[in-house]
Amino acid sequence: MEDLSLHLLDVAENSLAAQATRVIITLEINTANKTLRLIIEDNGQGMDKQTLKKAVDPFFTTKKTRRIGLGLSLLAQAAHATGGQFSIESKPGQGTKVSTLFYTDHWDFKPLGDIPQTLLTLVLGHPEVELIFIYRRDDKETIFSTKEVKAKLNGLPLNSPAAIPLIMNHINKAMNL
Amino acid sequence: MPKLTIEELEKLRERAKKQTFLRETTDYRAKITVHMGTCGIAAGAREIMNAFLKEVQEKDVTDVLLTNSGCAGLCSREPMVTVEIKGQAPVKYVDLTPEKVKVIFEKHVLGGEIVQDYALGIGSEKTDY
Repeated sequence: MEDLSLHLLDVAENSLAAQATRVIITLEINTANKTLRLIIEDNGQGMDKQTLKKAVDPFFTTKKTRRIGLGLSLLAQAAHATGGQFSIESKPGQGTKVSTLFYTDHWDFKPLGDIPQTLLTLVLGHPEVELIFIYRRDDKETIFSTKEVKAKLNGLPLNSPAAIPLIMNHINKAMNL
Repeated sequence: MPKLTIEELEKLRERAKKQTFLRETTDYRAKITVHMGTCGIAAGAREIMNAFLKEVQEKDVTDVLLTNSGCAGLCSREPMVTVEIKGQAPVKYVDLTPEKVKVIFEKHVLGGEIVQDYALGIGSEKTDY
């Protein structure tokens, strides 16, 4: 993965594959401490203790299409490479929370990448899911929520071509801190 | 049988809504599914999704559904998409680039003619997880 926005897309896709109806993404940048926190939380099917233990093992996957599962292990590696942290909490039937901490001044810190494009891809691919993106930079905070966009669309589906400019507008506003 | 909690009822309602939505999407003439497993994303699937999005917007097409799904099991041939025209067999395109997307969109999605040079297989593909 070239940048963090691609890691985010990958891990959020896991949430959606786990039948989540709500995904909350929190991106927190602290310029004084030179840290970046990325948290992905869902209300999907969750994992039992045994599965959770193996979740970051690249040779473990629950998918039937292939025998390796690199997504979480790559994200954990990207965080650890900067001297940061990676943790995952999950309960069957309740959901999963993936938390990462990166040190932005470490030379192995990957660029943030195109977060708006990742959010748009998630919205278009899963318009039925409520996506909430919380962006914090030091003491400022903005929120993008698909619920808010839906309310303005008057019944027009989120993935209809006519809705795309409005979604992008809301995403860009949320990224503008 | 144990009593349902409000949260469980809420989840059931969301699931039913999701199924209703999927039924509604059958009104589209064509469906393009970009495969977004870890392999696809690392190989550039988001860029491919963006390229299709650009085509949809530039050509002002309103009857094409653009969506994504997980890994289809052919990681070495990513980025990959499945194009389904209503009433026809799904076609899987592999090793994609934004330039190839332009050709596939114009010839297959709009013109109905399969781009054989970029296609992997026809007829046996599924786009569900």
